[in-house]
Amino acid sequence: MQIIQPHYHAIARTAQDYERMAMSGVVAVAEPAFWAGFDRLYPETFIDYFRQISEFEPTRAADYGIKHYCWVGVNPKEAENPELSHEVLKQMPEFFKKPTVLGIGEIGFHKTTKNEEEIFEAQVEQAIKYDQLILIHTPHLQDKVRGTKRTLEVLSHMNVNPERVWIDHVEEHTIREPLEAGYWVGFTLYPITKCTPKRAVDMLEIYGHERILVNSSADWGPSDPFTLQECIVQYRARGYSVQDAIEIFHNNPVRFMGQNPKFDIKPVRLETYEESRSSLVEN
Amino acid sequence: MMQTALQVLDREYLEARCSLVELGAAFDRVDRASDHEENTGKFNDSRLELLKQALGILTEESHLPNRAERLLLLFSDLD
Repeated sequence: MQIIQPHYHAIARTAQDYERMAMSGVVAVAEPAFWAGFDRLYPETFIDYFRQISEFEPTRAADYGIKHYCWVGVNPKEAENPELSHEVLKQMPEFFKKPTVLGIGEIGFHKTTKNEEEIFEAQVEQAIKYDQLILIHTPHLQDKVRGTKRTLEVLSHMNVNPERVWIDHVEEHTIREPLEAGYWVGFTLYPITKCTPKRAVDMLEIYGHERILVNSSADWGPSDPFTLQECIVQYRARGYSVQDAIEIFHNNPVRFMGQNPKFDIKPVRLETYEESRSSLVEN
Repeated sequence: MMQTALQVLDREYLEARCSLVELGAAFDRVDRASDHEENTGKFNDSRLELLKQALGILTEESHLPNRAERLLLLFSDLD
């Protein structure tokens, strides 16, 4: 089946991952800007990074028939340096003109500090001003509840359309409020520290599949792009159809990211030849 | 031991945390499936009781670090 990997840090992965993803049915990936594992010192380093994910990485993915989209932004960890962050923000609008840039992300909180909040708000304001989609990271482990609550409080005072905002890395204890407020939410499948494939399927069973995205993140840390495919297997093993799976793992990413016209993949539906013929006759 | 207790806990904490959350989710899954079934009365299976006994072994204080052994014995047919 056709799969979209909506949160994927391709620069941290090998060409073999692209190849294996292509073999498993992945047709597109979207790469948010993130922390490189160390704090960058210069705005120019970010700019080159944005060039890498908006210019070079699409060519690497294309070698395997995969479309590559990206997001630009100052990640929560480096937002702790406001001076650097504001310098980066000044140059971000140039990237909104690039053909594969979908919006601003991943932004938000890491330790829920004042500096992080200042840069988060500035980036949300920029997204509103330039009509960009927003992808929000929520913190790890023991910081997740506090950071998610503060994220929602900050957004509630800003003029954002929740349908254009994706709050990522939610788990059982943080999914309800963002969904009820009308935002899109994402499950990030990690081997240990976030959500697992089975628990993701549990939440799909409890909350339905509207406004939910599932991703592997897959970065330079302990992670695996194929936890997404593992989740699809778990989902199918519980008796759901291929079309049900397509709705979640292909069509939902299309529905969210397709709000930016640059994302030009359309929802798909399985149809037998007989169904196809009869609909032609009816028309 | 080549490692201190703190070093061991540093290595094991997240994996143990993950295992506990997975276990909670598994119990929830059984409960949800049971709620959806038409039969009245609470779902009962001896394996669930075994799993609950196992949780007790995890939290008992012991002078010997033999929880894994005791868990495996609990899950063994000894007759």
